[in-house]
Amino acid sequence: MQSLTVIEKLEILADAAKYDASCASSGTARRNSKGGKGIGSTEGMGICHAYAPDGRCISLLKVLLTNHCIFDCHYCINRKSSNVRRARFTPREVADLTLSFYRRNYIEGLFLSSGIVKSSDHTMEQLVETARILREEHDFRGYIHLKTIPEADPGLALRAGLYADRLSINVELPTDAGLTRFAPDKNPRQIEQAMGGMKAAMVEHKDAGKRFRHAPRFAPAGQSTQMIVGADGASDTQILGKASGLYQGFRLRRVYYSAFSPIPDASAVLPLKRPPLIREHRLYQSDWLMRFYGYRPAEVMAAAGEDGMLPLDIDPKLAWALKFRDQFPVDVNRAPREMLLRVPGLGVRAVEQILLARRHRTLRLADVAKLTVSIAKLRPFLVTCDWRPTALTDRGDLRSLLAPRTEQLELFAA
Amino acid sequence: MNALAAVTPHCHAVTLPAQDDFDAWRVAARALVQCGVAPDRVSWCAPGGEGDLFAAGGGELPVPAADAPQVWAGKTFVQLARTAICHADPARFALLYRLLWRHQANRQVLEDRADADVRRLEDFARSVRRDIHKMRAFVRFRAVEEDEGGERFVAWFEPEHHILRTNAGFFVRRFANMRWSILTPAGSLHWDGDALVEGPPAQRSDAPGGDPAEDLWRRYYASIFNPARLKIGAMLKEMPRKYWKNMPEAALIPELVAGAQQREAAMVKAGASEAGERPETLAAIDKAIHQCRRCPIGDLDNEAVMGEGPQDAPLMIVGEQPGDQEDLAQRPFVGPAGRVLDAHLERAGIDRNAAYLTNAVKHFKFVPRGKRRLHHSPTAKEIDICRWWIEGERAIVQPRLVLALGASAARSMLGKTVSISRARGQPHPLEDGSELWVTAHPSYLLRLKDEARDEQERLFQADLAAVAERLAELTG
Repeated sequence: MQSLTVIEKLEILADAAKYDASCASSGTARRNSKGGKGIGSTEGMGICHAYAPDGRCISLLKVLLTNHCIFDCHYCINRKSSNVRRARFTPREVADLTLSFYRRNYIEGLFLSSGIVKSSDHTMEQLVETARILREEHDFRGYIHLKTIPEADPGLALRAGLYADRLSINVELPTDAGLTRFAPDKNPRQIEQAMGGMKAAMVEHKDAGKRFRHAPRFAPAGQSTQMIVGADGASDTQILGKASGLYQGFRLRRVYYSAFSPIPDASAVLPLKRPPLIREHRLYQSDWLMRFYGYRPAEVMAAAGEDGMLPLDIDPKLAWALKFRDQFPVDVNRAPREMLLRVPGLGVRAVEQILLARRHRTLRLADVAKLTVSIAKLRPFLVTCDWRPTALTDRGDLRSLLAPRTEQLELFAA
Repeated sequence: MNALAAVTPHCHAVTLPAQDDFDAWRVAARALVQCGVAPDRVSWCAPGGEGDLFAAGGGELPVPAADAPQVWAGKTFVQLARTAICHADPARFALLYRLLWRHQANRQVLEDRADADVRRLEDFARSVRRDIHKMRAFVRFRAVEEDEGGERFVAWFEPEHHILRTNAGFFVRRFANMRWSILTPAGSLHWDGDALVEGPPAQRSDAPGGDPAEDLWRRYYASIFNPARLKIGAMLKEMPRKYWKNMPEAALIPELVAGAQQREAAMVKAGASEAGERPETLAAIDKAIHQCRRCPIGDLDNEAVMGEGPQDAPLMIVGEQPGDQEDLAQRPFVGPAGRVLDAHLERAGIDRNAAYLTNAVKHFKFVPRGKRRLHHSPTAKEIDICRWWIEGERAIVQPRLVLALGASAARSMLGKTVSISRARGQPHPLEDGSELWVTAHPSYLLRLKDEARDEQERLFQADLAAVAERLAELTG
């Protein structure tokens, strides 16, 4: 076979990585390159260096080490039985590309994943080697995210954590049955065991860090995971149940949801319809309700319909409020923070500002309007000193008053 | 008395040394507050900014009395003001002074987020923070060879506000061991690994024109996005067009957007997308498989062969694909392998006519050799594509037990390739509650000779006997 140039490999292996939702580079330890030999810094907040026409940010060089794979997962473009063009980087080529892009301020660092070649252990060794070259040979202090191979020797994952800022292991599908069907080479127990191992290592290193100043940092940005939405028949409540179980069980920083998207050379086992992208968005919104708004998982699930699916036309917070109308209206001038956070249309920031402002004045509807984007959506749920929704909250057609006019989903908008 | 005359005698004009000089503003503002100069009697300007109508008429800064009261400003105010002063709006100095003035009477003034001045201050600060962030994100360095050897990385950037100096620390911390310069229309910064030097304003033509790494970067940018998920609004919100002209990758955007729909259509087409709902009767499946061209086998000179047997058969037997004789007869298992199967079924006490017989792949795959058509095994992909049809048959027949003959049939049922020697002789639960048993394909027996054949026949017979026994248990 004619050997590929670096630019050809980059094209193939970046294309193969485009289904990974995560590109985050935040929440790690602060570092800079002063006093070192190399380059790089992390200052807590990650930086998105560009945005692609799919609206997603580009913060990291997100590539696969190789898209050769001995596994045959049906949802995956790189599965053994697929006819895609194959390519393979050496660890050194990836390290050089990362540095070259970083010096020009194109990226925050590297997100490296891989198809499984030869064996899981061999693949994992190559991933770790890439990180080692960057950290040890080039004193690179930017961000590194490694996708861990759950089937590999746990000792390798532990080494990965000493070089990487973040580790991730994908659960892939929300149900065990889905995984068995679509990823016959993967084992749900093994994936959870690997996540458990990561969590234990993070706790242990954090503890050591408190006692010994020079204890090595282990994956300071924690671990994350991704699941594919809409490939199997799992409902939104099943997905959210899985996610909240993962947050609690493995202390994940993030669960990413990736709407199943048509892939070239798809396996015939997959559904022929893709889920609307808005479904993925609704799941992220529900995820935020749990992480930042104090909703318990069961409450978010209560926002779903009888079929276990969240409404697509309105956001889950509004859906919850419409279902539990007895909790409203909320008095802006008296209600505790937890209740203000439940008002549809009031974000965390707006709630903070309301709490600050009401120390100084009794808020009128116009004052609240200044602090929020749209008052129209809020009015049925609020009481201010000059506004009381009275009958509005009880109206049977409230949902249709608040839901956006139905439009064709913009799947093909240009 | 005209208005001008009324204001001029008490008006103070302050000229700050630089657009972003917070310390100079603070010194002046403190003195003005101590002397009780109300906000409407001060005008502010800085070099390069808009002058003030009354600036010329103003006088020196007033000197506060020795016992003048301390000026009070909370930490939040100082932080916000330090950021907001970098804003390009010439009115910012006056706004800051007005808030400082109001601060003296009401120390909590900043907490009232519904106040117009406070909101404006916050807007200024937010806009500046965003500009700082966008500069960190969108500066693009290009490498140039230096006369004394080595590389210098040079960028051209056009910030919206006066943030160059404030933002310098970030680049120093990140690229401490690199030599770099950032050129802007309002000034420039140069770092040599040890010291930061400020330089004069620059022009875009002072910056280098290209860098070989940009080709790689553009290729990466074009490859990493998913054309099936076009969201242009989301992109524009975070990366407004005003930044595009200095970002090498942005030139690709129109082309990527225009090509996305086509790329998605190609992706869908390459996938298995043209089929709609699966037919719900065996007759409809029979009709549909004759038109199936989702894999190349359908294009060969052959006809699809449908399964046969009772629609409520408790046992489903799955072979690999029709052979030459099956294709001609339009019935499964009528060739030599079918005869071997019949003999063994009879010995095991299984009634062929009570079972539903079908194949994992519906068309005969062959290569022509003279007048003969030589059997060719289907690939894993072809089996997976055809799984669509056999799943349809299974959904209708709902057998209690499925017997897969050979590796292709087993793959069709399990979605993965298994070894027959390891999988045989035991049940494998299927999702719908039925169970799968796996054994060799009878054509395999035909290819063996002598002892090897005897051995395999024995194993095959044992598998069928186990199936017969299990089937009796299941059907009671």
